[in-house]
Amino acid sequence: MTALHQLSAHELLARQDAAEVTAREIVDDHLARIAATDSDVGAFLRVTADQARAHADDIDRRRAAGEPVGALAGVPLALKDILATRGVPTTCASRMLEGYEPPYDATVVELLREADAVVVGKTNLDEFAMGSSCENSAFWPTRNPWDLSRVPGGSSGGSAAAVAAQHAPLGIGTDTGGSIRQPATLTGTVGVKPTYGRVSRFGLIAFASSLDQVGPFARSVPDAALLLSAIARPDPRDSTSIRKPLDDPQAQLDVGAAGLRVGVVREFMEGEGLDPQVREACQQAVDRLTDLGAEVVDVSLPHAPYGLPAYYLINPSEASSNLARYDGVRYGLRVDGPTTEAMMAATRDAGFGAEVKRRIMIGTFALSAGYFDAYYAQAQRVRTLIARDFEAAFASCDVLVGPTAPTTAFPLGDKTDDPLAMYLNDVYAVPASLAGTPALSLPVGTDAGGLPIGLQLMGPLLGEATLLRAARALEVDLGLDLTPRGAQAVGATG
Amino acid sequence: MSAATATDWELVVGLEVHVELSTRTKMFCACPTDFGGAPNTRVCPVCLGQPGSLPVANRGAVESAIRLGLALGSEIAPTSQFHRKNYFYPDMPKNYQISQYDVPLCSGGVLEVPDGQGGSKRVGITRVHMEEDTGKSLHVGGSGRIHGADHSLVDYNRAGIPLLEIVSEPDLRSAEEARAYLAELRAIVLALGISDARLEEGAMRCDANVSVRPRGGEPGTRCEIKNLNSLRSLGRAIEHEAERQVALITAGEAVQQQTRHWDEDAGRTQLLRTKEATEDYRYFPDPDLVPLEPDQTWIDQLAADLPELPAATRTRLAELGVPAEAARTIVAAGLTPVLDAALGEGADPVEAANWLTNEVAGWAGERGLEPAEVPLAGADLAELIALVAEGTLSKKLAREVLEGTLAGEGSPRRVASDRGLEQISDTGALEAVVDQVIAEQPDAAQKVRDGNDKAIGALVGAVMKATQGKANPQLVNELLRSRLSG
Repeated sequence: MTALHQLSAHELLARQDAAEVTAREIVDDHLARIAATDSDVGAFLRVTADQARAHADDIDRRRAAGEPVGALAGVPLALKDILATRGVPTTCASRMLEGYEPPYDATVVELLREADAVVVGKTNLDEFAMGSSCENSAFWPTRNPWDLSRVPGGSSGGSAAAVAAQHAPLGIGTDTGGSIRQPATLTGTVGVKPTYGRVSRFGLIAFASSLDQVGPFARSVPDAALLLSAIARPDPRDSTSIRKPLDDPQAQLDVGAAGLRVGVVREFMEGEGLDPQVREACQQAVDRLTDLGAEVVDVSLPHAPYGLPAYYLINPSEASSNLARYDGVRYGLRVDGPTTEAMMAATRDAGFGAEVKRRIMIGTFALSAGYFDAYYAQAQRVRTLIARDFEAAFASCDVLVGPTAPTTAFPLGDKTDDPLAMYLNDVYAVPASLAGTPALSLPVGTDAGGLPIGLQLMGPLLGEATLLRAARALEVDLGLDLTPRGAQAVGATG
Repeated sequence: MSAATATDWELVVGLEVHVELSTRTKMFCACPTDFGGAPNTRVCPVCLGQPGSLPVANRGAVESAIRLGLALGSEIAPTSQFHRKNYFYPDMPKNYQISQYDVPLCSGGVLEVPDGQGGSKRVGITRVHMEEDTGKSLHVGGSGRIHGADHSLVDYNRAGIPLLEIVSEPDLRSAEEARAYLAELRAIVLALGISDARLEEGAMRCDANVSVRPRGGEPGTRCEIKNLNSLRSLGRAIEHEAERQVALITAGEAVQQQTRHWDEDAGRTQLLRTKEATEDYRYFPDPDLVPLEPDQTWIDQLAADLPELPAATRTRLAELGVPAEAARTIVAAGLTPVLDAALGEGADPVEAANWLTNEVAGWAGERGLEPAEVPLAGADLAELIALVAEGTLSKKLAREVLEGTLAGEGSPRRVASDRGLEQISDTGALEAVVDQVIAEQPDAAQKVRDGNDKAIGALVGAVMKATQGKANPQLVNELLRSRLSG
């Protein structure tokens, strides 16, 4: 018999509608699964079991009383610990915010509650979302459910691993330069970075404000679309929020790929450092799209190769300013010193990890007088050129495709001593981030070692519905089983 | 020394003025802006810089900024941007201040500053930009300054209050001109109703960039003077700073570019920091805020709805016969609305102006209030003037009635009646008193009969005393004369 934690969000909703199962039973099953396997994976920094059970009971009570319940009622969800939750510690996996309890809820958290998604816990990440392996967490590294000796990717590695390990069918991540898509690839999940401004950033603890975007993880495209629909709302508290509501992605989801113009990004498929097995899997997926009736063409994003260096100026610059508020004065860690300035310096020295300090220093340098034009301003010009590349490509294509990441999951410790090698994980993810366009990662196969490979699908601004439709067509056609398996996988011994 | 300054040296001054806007809510959140309140009670996640919080610009504050820009003849930028000014200070919740940098909302403009001789001087406005205020630090122990304090407390109630920064060109040539500029800018702000502009409470703050040069010579090195929280401080600080710089130069030393703090008690400026120690603020566009793009119809409407500005008000009052000095005082104190309301009720302009500049301003001064805060309706002022004109109140009693009205006892007529202060103008009621006084002072009465006109004063005084000052002095005079003339 299929366990509840193996089911999709859609199936869990249907079973509750049919009164075959209660929200409480669903939540208890997932909490049991977490208790049994998360000691191996380390996806959760905090499991909010009591709140989750109370929420589930309330949903069941309302259902029984004929009162309304939300669109995600009773569906367990793993929340990245970078979204503010009132009264529940929100750490960004940093010593700086250990024990910090926000006085308010993020807009996304409010929307999830409105939808009655049951948050089962807050997930691990690279500190302040800076990293591509989840190894920069100040607390512990999260492991890949497909192979516990490997990383799940990052920075949203905790949410990705939780979804892959069947700790929850849905997860919330954030993507600044690939932080949803790259872990989705490495864990064999679907991860969507919506259009910049599509989902409110209010209560998303800022890393690089002009790039940060909240998005869903799921084990299928329809589940990801369902979660996206619940969180994509205009928000007057975020002035960068898009006023236009999301076109219902469910409506077009099963239209199929026929008639879509799909552009294969030359610079991605021919990128150096791209694992041949990843290229091969992506090429096969593209071939399937052709078979499904899509018109596949070759396109170029000529400035995309400059994306990574531009990104690594813009993100540290914004981060250096965003993280200035952690000074020991108002909240979080304080390390005393003889003067206010000494206290601030000691606090920041003790509270931030090496990668965070590296970015603060790079960003402070890039913004300083005399260097601003050469670095930050120049990076912004590159960003404009990349956005124009996308615009030009979308003049003749509905969707662009290429690999999400250059490799499959790598072993823990493999790249921790080489920041540049780590940064290269995001080489294909960053261009869409800089352009603000929506993109997702869809599992399309595995490598020789059985590790998942993801295809990146990129859409024009506000083009989430088309993107999800193309992904769904491919997903149905491929019919992959996305349960982690193999000798190193989670639960392999159980 | 001062004489030498006046002849050989020319003063060059530019002012940077900060005005706290009296919008209902803060610049980027919905917290109230009221002054005072227990520390850290007018705060929320946004103005406390809690992780994840985001700013959203206050439309009312943008509107105030545009109106001031229009009043100063500035160009309103079709697109302007908020920047982050990065520096660490405990009273700044985010360790950056949201401000404007290379694309301010308002650029250019002119302020016509009255020169006190009936003319005016045109002072260039460089820019008007928007920013958020910081919190306030309270240093406990030591001297009360941060250095040497045992510990510091921070109140964030002020953090996020909208500020306008108005930067002038270095067009001012004396301390007096600088004071007149600040006073005129304040009058404009009051006329627009965008701030209560109190210097003492810091709702209007001023920094002065001061340099000296040989008359007609090359510009000198400037120093920025901070902590100028009154017109008096501004004038004294500029004079002191000019003398300091002249003394340095005449002693063969160079003036160094510095930021200096005005010590009002000591009457001198003190070094805060040198240019070498100036921070690099690492300005960059705030990615949390979309560019400000006020649409032209809105700007046009705001321009059409601008109130009468101080220069025009003074001209109008002069045409009504109000003396120039009184007109200046009324406009500078923000009393024009009260005056206009009184005029609307038919009050005599000169009388109304006199009451406002003397009694009303005095009453406010005694209570530490701004004249514009005095709770006086124009209709009440008009009624008071009418009561005097019709003889119901003497000037002296009218002052007492005004006190009652300002104390909330009601309209002047009501106060006069309640307090029994109406002037006795009833001949019948006064005749008995007059006869009694003549009987009690036969010598004085005889002198009047003998043609000694001055002697009548004592008799009038006695009648006034007997009536507790309520008798109409003119009527008493007439009654006495008619009794003693035959």
